[in-house]
Amino acid sequence: MNIAVCIKQVPATESKIRPSADGKDIDRTGLSFVVNPYDEFGLEEALKIKEQVGKGTVTVISIGEDKTIEALRTCLAVGADQAIHIKDPALSGSDTHAIALVLTAALQKENYDIIFFGKQAIDNDSGAVGIHVAELMNLPHVAVINKLEVSPDDKKAVAHRQIEGGTEVINIDLPAIFTCQKELNVPRYASLPGIMKAKQKPMTIYSLNDLNIATDAVGAEKAMITLDQLSPPEKRTAGTALEGNAGEAVTALVRLLHEEAKIF
Amino acid sequence: MSDKFDVAIVGAGPSGSAAALTLAKAGLSVVVFERGEFPGSKNMFGGVLYTPILEKLVPNFWEEAPLERHIVKRRFGLFSEFSEAAFEFRCEDFNQKPPFNQSFSALRAQFDPWLAKKAEDAGALIIPETVVDDLLWKDGKVIGVKARREGGEIEADVVILADGVNSFLAKKSGLRKDFTWNVLAVAAKEIIALPRGTIEDRFGLEGDEGLAMECFGDVVAGTVGAGFIYTNKETLSVGVACSINAFIDKKIVPNDLLERFKNHPSIRRLIRGGETLEYAGHMIPEGGHKQVPEVISDGLLLVGDAAHFVNASFYHEGTNLAMASGLFAAETIIEAKKKDDFSQRGLKGYLKKLEESFVLKDLKKYRQVEDWAHKNGRFFKEYPDLMLDVLKDYFTVSETPKSVIQQNIVKKLRSQLKPLRTLVELNRFRKSFFSS
Repeated sequence: MNIAVCIKQVPATESKIRPSADGKDIDRTGLSFVVNPYDEFGLEEALKIKEQVGKGTVTVISIGEDKTIEALRTCLAVGADQAIHIKDPALSGSDTHAIALVLTAALQKENYDIIFFGKQAIDNDSGAVGIHVAELMNLPHVAVINKLEVSPDDKKAVAHRQIEGGTEVINIDLPAIFTCQKELNVPRYASLPGIMKAKQKPMTIYSLNDLNIATDAVGAEKAMITLDQLSPPEKRTAGTALEGNAGEAVTALVRLLHEEAKIF
Repeated sequence: MSDKFDVAIVGAGPSGSAAALTLAKAGLSVVVFERGEFPGSKNMFGGVLYTPILEKLVPNFWEEAPLERHIVKRRFGLFSEFSEAAFEFRCEDFNQKPPFNQSFSALRAQFDPWLAKKAEDAGALIIPETVVDDLLWKDGKVIGVKARREGGEIEADVVILADGVNSFLAKKSGLRKDFTWNVLAVAAKEIIALPRGTIEDRFGLEGDEGLAMECFGDVVAGTVGAGFIYTNKETLSVGVACSINAFIDKKIVPNDLLERFKNHPSIRRLIRGGETLEYAGHMIPEGGHKQVPEVISDGLLLVGDAAHFVNASFYHEGTNLAMASGLFAAETIIEAKKKDDFSQRGLKGYLKKLEESFVLKDLKKYRQVEDWAHKNGRFFKEYPDLMLDVLKDYFTVSETPKSVIQQNIVKKLRSQLKPLRTLVELNRFRKSFFSS
């Protein structure tokens, strides 16, 4: 059973995010970065399946600058067997389509039975890349799964997904792609021997050239969607305390809701 | 990889990283555990780093270390509620070429990861986000550590405790006793962002010149402690540091004291319009020489704040002592390895190095300062208030003849000062700070 987990390094959830000066990106100074939490569910599921099957390899793959290696190494410490780091200056400014193209090229170098993605990365929240890769690779996929059972012969799987008011249970042939939701499992912590071994585990670095992708096929120039403006939420103004007894306060509230908030 | 290391270090602050770097460069296998998300993420200091030891660890450090400004100006201010009298020293000799006067403003969240990376590049294994809960013992000798992770028991010939002021492991090992309030200070600090040009204009700086200013008296409610502002490139480190006793006596919390400091008329204008980026608080081991615990045991060394190496006199020096102790511990272990003797006796060279260096010499010289400060509270409240009151009388313009003003001042001084007591107190001050 060969399993790939595509991961993204994102700002830590508690980070104070502010737009960069040009409003086209976030200001990364002083931010700390983590593995996208939804991707961690994918990694945990991959490790569980490998343990259950008793054989196979778990490969983590990420696109990003040098710093991304930290996220990959974290995954190796947790238990992944090998990592692939795709980096190329030409990737700067790429949209989700280009990212999907590049990941597809890397994934097609091997035969994976299962490919996991997080349901979305908590930075851009686009939730597009996993599904996009499924399309490019012509593989079946189930998005936003919260339970997965792999058949004993490794050929089929049953995926569960939460829908409004119920659960959907989907039979799917492997190989397939899944994007992971948080109820899927509880990600484990890295053991100390795991952390110490992480540095010795294989880390392959691919450039676009290694993946036979032309540098002008990706990047800001080729982006079909571009970010126009990033702005922080509007600052909340202070609340108003209404004076008087209950009757007066309610009258004042109704008036304000009607005249100021204009909700009716 | 063998499961046993030559040295396990707890804490990747300046002392731990200094030791790790020195050991790794000498070819020893070193593992460093850091409880924070990354080295430095849990650490704090006022803001000025003295670098003579850093230069030994990393020659030409100024070419690569994440430093802010080199300090060319020092300022000591005495404050009453509405007045300020200050002494400022600026020296062009401190502004010539790196390493200038071996003092730089810096931010620990940048400096500590950099130094840890130097150790990592030299071959040390740094493991963040990992708490060490206990030491491993065998026949009364420390043989490793137990980290809070699955498979967390790691053996090592020597363990260095660089886990800071509140070192639980030093306490567990029996080397350090419990603290009393009067040997600890608490600091609260904000990083306040201002445009570079504004900082330079407000503080009279050019280029990368920096200022270290310390403020005493009413700005910190007359407590045994000080307020400080250190200039970084595009931020100010603004904070207060006072003895825990003072906070208890005055029934004031560190954050309120910091607000009081920031709102003093003389300080307010310096930080006006700035945006607070970070808030941090930390304990400082200010007990001085008499609080330094035993620092050597069989297979165990204490460094940095864990060993209480902070010079709380005018110099407010801790990081430099931390790096020095880390360096000395590492040198001692490298020697001990040649004889394969990591017993207390085999490691005793560490204490000798500390005693022969500024680390213990300075702590010894200033051994009375902490006691002096706690027994002479008048130097932090009554004397500054009186001095500023007198200065105000002296400079107030009116039709009163100058001779009368001066007579009134003498009267005021006579009524408020008890000459004998003042002389005794001044003498104690001299002895505490200036005798050897």
